Amino acid sequence: MESLWLLIPLSVMLAFIIGVLFWWAAGDGQFDDLEGPGERVLQDNDGTPESVHNKTA
Amino acid sequence: MQAAISQTYNYKVVRQFAIMTIVWGVVGMLVGVLIAAELIWPDMTLGIPWLSFGRLRPLHTNAVIFAFGGCALMGTSYYVVQRTCQIRLISDKLAAFHFWGWQLVIVLAAITLPLGYTQAKEYAELEWPIDVLITVVWVVYAIVFFGTVMKRKVAHIYVANWFYGAFIVTVAILHIVNSAAMPASFWKSYSAYAGVQDAMIQWWYGHNAVGFFLTAGFLGMMYYFVPKQAERPVYSYRLSVVHFWALIFTYMWAGPHHLHYTALPDWAQSLGMVFSLILLAPSWGGMINGMMTLSGAWHKLRDDPILKFLIVSLSFYGMSTFEGPLLSIKTVNGLAHYTDWIIGHVHSGALGWVAFITFGSMYYLIPRLYGQKQMYSVKLISLHFWIATIGVVLYIAALWISGVMQGLMWRAVNPDGTLTYSFVESVKASYPYWTIRLIGGTLFFVGMLVMTYNVIRTVRMGRAYDAPIPDMLPTHPDLKPQLKPIGLQPAHGD
Repeated sequence: MESLWLLIPLSVMLAFIIGVLFWWAAGDGQFDDLEGPGERVLQDNDGTPESVHNKTA
Repeated sequence: MQAAISQTYNYKVVRQFAIMTIVWGVVGMLVGVLIAAELIWPDMTLGIPWLSFGRLRPLHTNAVIFAFGGCALMGTSYYVVQRTCQIRLISDKLAAFHFWGWQLVIVLAAITLPLGYTQAKEYAELEWPIDVLITVVWVVYAIVFFGTVMKRKVAHIYVANWFYGAFIVTVAILHIVNSAAMPASFWKSYSAYAGVQDAMIQWWYGHNAVGFFLTAGFLGMMYYFVPKQAERPVYSYRLSVVHFWALIFTYMWAGPHHLHYTALPDWAQSLGMVFSLILLAPSWGGMINGMMTLSGAWHKLRDDPILKFLIVSLSFYGMSTFEGPLLSIKTVNGLAHYTDWIIGHVHSGALGWVAFITFGSMYYLIPRLYGQKQMYSVKLISLHFWIATIGVVLYIAALWISGVMQGLMWRAVNPDGTLTYSFVESVKASYPYWTIRLIGGTLFFVGMLVMTYNVIRTVRMGRAYDAPIPDMLPTHPDLKPQLKPIGLQPAHGD
């Protein structure tokens, strides 16, 4: 199964990269607050303002 | 000039992708309906080779996955990354190149596949010159997306961006490995791998395309649009982060379950089965997390058809991620493999999960891109929801029955050891179910047309709107360290 000689090292490499990314994310404080980011998405008001609606009539 | 531009988000590219999502949805689903009809009336296209099942089937899969699904993922990822990072895309020109490059890929696919140019690899049929173009366009996509994440004004990277990011990186790797080929001429190439090696590479690609294109990418969509439409934070943000890391660490080795009872070594088949079973855990974790976002606000489902789309998509996600591991068990696969059950399974994921989450997200997104509060008609969204739901249920129920029937007929043996049924008898027995499937698929397509009308009216009613980038979000003092000390662009440049 020669193709596995490509796929398995590739998977190991990927798992390693994902591990490094996880390590970076933890060090960067990405996991420090695991409640706030969920709320903050809702605070970003992406509705369109009334003034824009009115232009269209 | 520079200051004026940097004050708004780049909604233009999002609008372009959103509109093309609708256009390619109509095209891809129409071709699907056509080939479903060809199974019942094989002579209906008068023997014209370009319209034969074998050529249109890859056109259907490419159009719905990479054109409809691809445009939806690309458009929403650009919207989500800008809104959650509070910054405009790093380059309008590269984003425009990405959009037009991707449309060129789709048009080239729509021309070459009916002409019969194919690498004969499922979900990777396109010949090598188009593969090269895909690679270039994809690299540009990655540059724009990750460049924007890196320049973000908010320290935390919202979980949806992680899912979109995993989708972009993994699909790039899958595409390059699986499409490696030696060109023989401009429209003909030979795969770099042969025999069972090629099959292994192909299904490593094929299943991971399901995992990262049709799952991780759309989960990114789910983690943004479900909370936004429900106006509630995701049930557990912590679980969403666990969901992400668990999913990407465990996904890669499910592919061999497509090759049960083939020349692939037994241990590799079993490995694929075990990994497929493990996947049930992160999948259901994510499904429950999305659904429970509505806990305490279930009443919203009663009269919000957009939420209906989003929540029903999660139920189909849960159902197909239960069915998938079940089908990967060797003994079950022995009955189901090569039957209609598999096609039913794919469509419960593709119609129920991928298309429904896309419909819900587009109904949320499109009014905001055209300066409107909501779609032209909420009633038509509701109509679309019910037509589409009935369509999916008819489709998958019909193929469950025909699939199990086919499996049982093929394995039935007389006392003297001969087969009870010839293959053609199982084909004949399948006609009634294929007819129900055609009805289900047609309903789903009609729903898509209803959506198209609604979108056209919404776009006509409004006008292109580019939202201004707000100042930093109000934050609790405790959250201060979340903010990066980066100088803001002046909010009033002109």
